[in-house]
Amino acid sequence: MQMTRRQPPALQAAGPVWRLASLAIAIGVLAPVLTLLWLAFGTGVGHWGPLFAHVLPQAALNTALLLAGVGTLVLLIGTGCAWLVTAHDFPGRGMLHWALLLPLAMPTYIVAFAYLDLLHPIGPVQGAIRWMLGFDSPRQFRLPDLRSMPGAIFVLGFVLYPYVYMTARAMFMTQPAHLLEAARTLGESRRGAFFRVALPLARPALAVGLSLALLETLNDIGASEFLGVNTLTVAVYTTWITRSDLAGAAQIACAMLFVVVALVWLERNGRRHQRFGSSQRMRAVQPRRLHGGAGWAATAVTALPVLIGFVAPALYLVWESAKRLLQGGGVSHGLIASLGNTIALAAGVTVVAVAAGLIVAWAARSQGTSPNRARWQARAATLGYAVPGTVLAIGLLTPALAFDAALATAFGWQGLPLMSAGIVLIVACAIRFLAMPVGGIEAGLARIPPAIEQASRLLGETTAGTLRRVHLPLLQPAIAAGALLVFVDAMKELPATLLLRPANFDTLATWLYAEAARGTYEEGAIAALAIVLAGLLPVVLLARNQLGTAPVAPVPEHA
Amino acid sequence: MSSPLHLESIQLAYDTPRGLHTVVDDFSLSLAAGDIACLFGPSGCGKTTVLRAIAGFEPLRAGTIRLDEVVLSSARSHLPPEQRRVGMMFQEYALFPHLSAAKNVAFGLRRLDRAAQQARVAEMLALVGLAEAGERYPHELSGGQQQRIALARALAPSPALLLLDEPFSNLDGGTRERLTAEVRGILKQAGQTAILVTHNEAEAHAMADRIGVMHNGRITHWLDTAA
Repeated sequence: MQMTRRQPPALQAAGPVWRLASLAIAIGVLAPVLTLLWLAFGTGVGHWGPLFAHVLPQAALNTALLLAGVGTLVLLIGTGCAWLVTAHDFPGRGMLHWALLLPLAMPTYIVAFAYLDLLHPIGPVQGAIRWMLGFDSPRQFRLPDLRSMPGAIFVLGFVLYPYVYMTARAMFMTQPAHLLEAARTLGESRRGAFFRVALPLARPALAVGLSLALLETLNDIGASEFLGVNTLTVAVYTTWITRSDLAGAAQIACAMLFVVVALVWLERNGRRHQRFGSSQRMRAVQPRRLHGGAGWAATAVTALPVLIGFVAPALYLVWESAKRLLQGGGVSHGLIASLGNTIALAAGVTVVAVAAGLIVAWAARSQGTSPNRARWQARAATLGYAVPGTVLAIGLLTPALAFDAALATAFGWQGLPLMSAGIVLIVACAIRFLAMPVGGIEAGLARIPPAIEQASRLLGETTAGTLRRVHLPLLQPAIAAGALLVFVDAMKELPATLLLRPANFDTLATWLYAEAARGTYEEGAIAALAIVLAGLLPVVLLARNQLGTAPVAPVPEHA
Repeated sequence: MSSPLHLESIQLAYDTPRGLHTVVDDFSLSLAAGDIACLFGPSGCGKTTVLRAIAGFEPLRAGTIRLDEVVLSSARSHLPPEQRRVGMMFQEYALFPHLSAAKNVAFGLRRLDRAAQQARVAEMLALVGLAEAGERYPHELSGGQQQRIALARALAPSPALLLLDEPFSNLDGGTRERLTAEVRGILKQAGQTAILVTHNEAEAHAMADRIGVMHNGRITHWLDTAA
């Protein structure tokens, strides 16, 4: 989440209504996690036996391998490209330095979906390779199957590296050039200066980017399942959906929470140490011109992740969509309905998350008298970004069902009103994406000097009136940016939607998931293309904000 | 420690969108072993650029820079900074924030074995009067202490030539006066050939044997100090 500067105490603390509302939101965010612990340990230790023996070890091992593999790949690609682009000048650098962010627009399940078809033994890529090598049958030559652990690491690594790229680039850009020059005068080569000075100094930033990428890996359900890697996330889903074993699902989810805690610790620890190096006034590193072959090699190396992580799958989606639209003549009613559902869901989540974000940020800022409690509340309220969608859904299920049952009894309704109206799903997504509006609005509030507020009060305006007439207009850009991020992420959301959607309710993401799971490949590409096009908006925003003057902490972006 | 430095009609210039911008033109300078020279002039006169050219961070358009008969830079050749045996003390000190004071001083001593490194670090820390501060990190040191660690770090690999870029500009008045005398003492004791760049006249007189007064990229005249 966004680091914010500490705000001097406001003129007057927000009223108790704000504080209570903020507290309620924090409790709401923590409820699913607490429920999970209760479910997992409430069933008694005896129940853990079979789960430990059969499901957990393999799924945990797979998850560990996947995290290790993806972690290595994103560090290599992200750090390498960030250093090439920051310290060197080569053909295409001006475009590549923002194009490297493009894979952020690609949810992991869409890239997996695209590559399954692209790299299919009788698909275009392998066909082309066979043609070039002079083979004419898949029996004579085929690439290793993508449906494997290395395949999953490859796919996830090439879409998730931008988290590391972003933080590493921001760090390298703010590193003072004189530190590298000092290393040179002390006898280090360029290479040595990178490994002994630039890289160690960037380590905290790399930890932040790495933890965000790994949280996404943990959250991913589509890519792992399409590629046949049975991770903890997939295990939670199947334990609940196919075996209806809520306690079992809760136990696996609890195991995932341990990983989450470790990753959040990694991230927080990294952020604490990020002050390194950016304190002095300084000249930034001047990019060094690479000539001839070296320059083109740098171009090729930095273009490769963009091609693999964005261009190839995007072209595939465009091609398949065009083929479908031209041949099939139009789009099915089901897909149109999914698009409507997706927009309705995303709009609902955006309204809830932005309103809650405003409450949390305003309450946190105004509590001049008890800053610790205010900060604790704001932190708790924004923890949802770290909790994988499946884990959140399983944790939310029990309180939601109980609440629904109580509502139904009280008003004499049939069934589960909140669940079947999609309210539970909206709440789950809002919890998961709350960190973005809170972070954005807190940063926006920190930029409004207290004197402005004091002037408004001296001119006779009340606290609430000042918020409405002064802060809200000034916060508009922050609110709009936060709303856009939430809207797009809600559009892309898959794991929680799969578990919490009402019966017969499909979003574009679940539509694609169903097709990929069936292996039918009909209108999936059109659904995927719509999601990717929407996903490009926040990436453009990010490219403009992050790579301009580059603050060190990125706004978390969750595919 | 012999280290005659010769700069022969060097030219330094930048490409700008409006054409070539010449910073230093036909600039010459010779320095005898053990001498401390000072380039003195207002900001923007090109003195720091000359220093950076000697260190190897700016390419020459014309002329040569030789140290001990080795050509460091010319219009055609350019020895990388790490092979020049030229040490530099930066205006902002440029201490590595992730390393302790002792590790900073040891940074350039990789060719020595561990015991020799430790001995040299101890010697250097003692020379600058900070024998006890080795385990501290740069942000835990005062401005004057950071400056002395930066000096120890630059001297540790025994460079043939030491460059000091506005070394005292980040210090307050009292500390500055005390340290100029002290640093001169340390350099003289080590027999170190050095070039200092400053825009402060008192500092130039307190530190240097010879002062080259610079204007618009040229040395207009030399002053010998009685120091």
